[in-house]
Amino acid sequence: IGTLFLKTWLALFLSLAFKAAVLIQQWYRRYVARLEMRRRCTWRIFQSIEYACEQDQIKLHNFFSYLMDHFTPSSSKERDFISRMFISGESFKEAELEKYCDYESMEVPDSYTGPRLSFPLLPDHATALLEAFKQKQQLHARYVLNLLHETRKHLKQLPNISHVSTCYSEEVTVCGDLHGQLDDLFFIFYKNGLPSPSKSYVFNGDFVDRGKQSLEILIILFTFLLIYPKEVHLNRGNHEDHMVNLRYGFAKEVMQKYKVHGKKILKMIQNVFCWLPLATLIDQKVLIIHGGISDTTDLDMLQKIQRNKFISVLRGKKRKESNKDVEIQEINGESKVEAESSESESDLSLSPQPRPAPSITNRLEFSKWLRQTVQEQIEWCRQLVDSESEPEEPTYSSVVSLTELDAQCWTHQEEWKQILDILWSDPMPQEGCRVNTVRGGGCYFGPDVTDKILEKYNLQFLIRSHECKHEGYEFCHNRKVLTIFSASNYYEIGSNRGAYYQASKTAHTLTMTQRISRVEESAFRALREKLFAHTSALISAFKAYDKDNTGKISLSSWAMAVESVLHLGLPWRMLRPQLVRSTVDGMLEYKSWLDDLAMEQRSQEHIQSSLLEVIYRNRSNLETIFRIIDRDHSGLISFEEFRQTWKLFSTHMNIELTDDGIDDLVRSIDFNKDGNIDFNEFLEAFRLFDATKYVQGGNTSKKQSQTSETVLGGGLF
Amino acid sequence: MASRKDGAVAEIEKKIIEAFEVFDHECNKTVDVREIGSIVRSLGCFPTEAELHELLAKVEEEEPTGYINLEKFLPVMTKVLLDRSYQPIPEDVLLHAFEALDENKCGYITKEELIKYLTEEGEPFTEEEMEDMLSTALDPETNTVRYRDYISMMIVDET
Repeated sequence: IGTLFLKTWLALFLSLAFKAAVLIQQWYRRYVARLEMRRRCTWRIFQSIEYACEQDQIKLHNFFSYLMDHFTPSSSKERDFISRMFISGESFKEAELEKYCDYESMEVPDSYTGPRLSFPLLPDHATALLEAFKQKQQLHARYVLNLLHETRKHLKQLPNISHVSTCYSEEVTVCGDLHGQLDDLFFIFYKNGLPSPSKSYVFNGDFVDRGKQSLEILIILFTFLLIYPKEVHLNRGNHEDHMVNLRYGFAKEVMQKYKVHGKKILKMIQNVFCWLPLATLIDQKVLIIHGGISDTTDLDMLQKIQRNKFISVLRGKKRKESNKDVEIQEINGESKVEAESSESESDLSLSPQPRPAPSITNRLEFSKWLRQTVQEQIEWCRQLVDSESEPEEPTYSSVVSLTELDAQCWTHQEEWKQILDILWSDPMPQEGCRVNTVRGGGCYFGPDVTDKILEKYNLQFLIRSHECKHEGYEFCHNRKVLTIFSASNYYEIGSNRGAYYQASKTAHTLTMTQRISRVEESAFRALREKLFAHTSALISAFKAYDKDNTGKISLSSWAMAVESVLHLGLPWRMLRPQLVRSTVDGMLEYKSWLDDLAMEQRSQEHIQSSLLEVIYRNRSNLETIFRIIDRDHSGLISFEEFRQTWKLFSTHMNIELTDDGIDDLVRSIDFNKDGNIDFNEFLEAFRLFDATKYVQGGNTSKKQSQTSETVLGGGLF
Repeated sequence: MASRKDGAVAEIEKKIIEAFEVFDHECNKTVDVREIGSIVRSLGCFPTEAELHELLAKVEEEEPTGYINLEKFLPVMTKVLLDRSYQPIPEDVLLHAFEALDENKCGYITKEELIKYLTEEGEPFTEEEMEDMLSTALDPETNTVRYRDYISMMIVDET
């Protein structure tokens, strides 16, 4: 009986244990699922904000390009002003470049303890550089310039498409975007080995921007390129472009690290980037490009064009004049690229940017004039079509001659599109090929496009980068396309793994929860900033849902209103608990919610709040414009130029601003009485978000290791 | 009022669609069948694995393709939320569950015991799941799980 009793009791206990276990497991699985959802939402937030930024960037440059073609300066002053904006990107003539970026006269002081380079470079130089950079040393400007000169000389000899054969090299390793994250490059070398005659490397673009050691990465890559020219191959990425560098941090990094010679270095780099090859082909079977392809990708054309003409891919517009033929084309982020096929020479393609009806009463002379000019241009073009005669008015861009007219049979426009597609496109799951409206350049290409291009050129496989992936890599299109992304922790610590990254499990210091929380914090901070920047628009949107003027709206209305203003395509209902903390009877008091948002963003009291909001929302665009205007990178622009810039900008971006508003703004900034504005100070005032971001958890020098497996070993894919 | 109720249903549907789309990588209104658990749970439900399989049976195609369509998922999930199926597990119930496994009622469970229960009993954890839970729950000095503290910490994290 005793044993029976014991058995029963045991059975009872066991079934209790069973139930208890189920409960705990049930609860825990739910917890994990919530975490996963939070992680994906965070990811979506970062992506949508980033892509929105990139689109802004492209819009901005489309705007300038448009101006370039339609602007007839009414005074020499205006002409100078605009010319300064657009000539800055021009490539110097060879001799001028050598003279401007001369390094031979630079003295290297004895006190300099960093590496000293001599050419031709040897493997020892590479190791010395790696060591030096690990010790956080800086290479002397003289050697930087020397290296850049030699790199340029070397790259000039290379074809647009590099060929690699696995007969000669046992292993070919492909690395994706590095984005200035030197630690990742070190890690790849550590795990995979340095480049050598038996170890080939292909670096697939986007070496710079965002991370803080872009220049060091360039130096290392160029050094290895020169030491092992047969084994090291570099592809150009969309960030190997000085216009993009102005916005995304590389230009700033160089100027900060090299206060005296920074401008020269940037100029040289500009001229090195345009000589980077566009693609790499392994064994004639595997094509490696940075972005992607489109249904019009033509490898023959890509082989033959003069790639160095495209200093910046963002300024592809140009007039082509040959005989009677004039083509005016325009890339508008919203509309499809029209390359209308024409049989006859005198065909004209025109897609003018639709102008919004001017409803703002405070229109400046400039915008009125702009509208007039557009009308004139349209008229003029219509006349052309009718009369097939030469244009009588020389427009501004024909006065300011850009690069030489090409003698090829393709138009500059067509060539430019080929490159744009290669550098900016993304794959998509659906079939077809459509304009990449999110990035504002390149295409989305479907599996059918991949099949078509692979078949056309007898290829097996496509490797590309350009998109950050959770796991550092991703296959798609029936495993015919591989995306490789090498910069780990791209958005924030813990956000993604880079390919080739492996850490031992014992080094796991942060739990999954902690990692996700940190990244999440950062994402939501960015999101709240964006919400704040759109306060006025949000109030209007909320009021539309609050017909009875109760001051409250339902959470459902909140979600719809927010999406209609921000257009980020985010799952707002999922995100709501993190964004809206208090509700009354399921309703939100929107005014106080917005007030809370504002309080979070510390603000300067003496600047009008609406102006602050406008500037805040556009501050990174402003910075780009200012840097373009400040051609000599001196950090100073005159007051008049500032006003001109602001007017240009506000006109195009449909921002209403009074002259008084600008004056007030200027008065609140400390500027020396000689009429110059140190715009770094000006921008500093608005770096509220950036400052807080780098204080908390965003310290990329303290990387936490993650448990992840090396996904791709050495060897050919 | 009929319209009010419809409004509530519409709102629930929107929530479900949002959650679904987060996992819809190809943007074609389908998700991998293995993600359904995450979706259902992130909508506030606490199904057991068995209950999840039941649900899956209702939303899968006749010939399982490995993908679930939003079309089929939406009505089923809407009903789940309206009926408030798969209720959350309150803190005290969770506590009792842990206590049930704590034979000696000493306030903690040893690492070995916990592993044994959770990987052999109930709806067993995978090795990965077990390791992950231990990484936060385990007190490395004593190699035990002080479950009261653990629960309090996790509940806070939830918000």
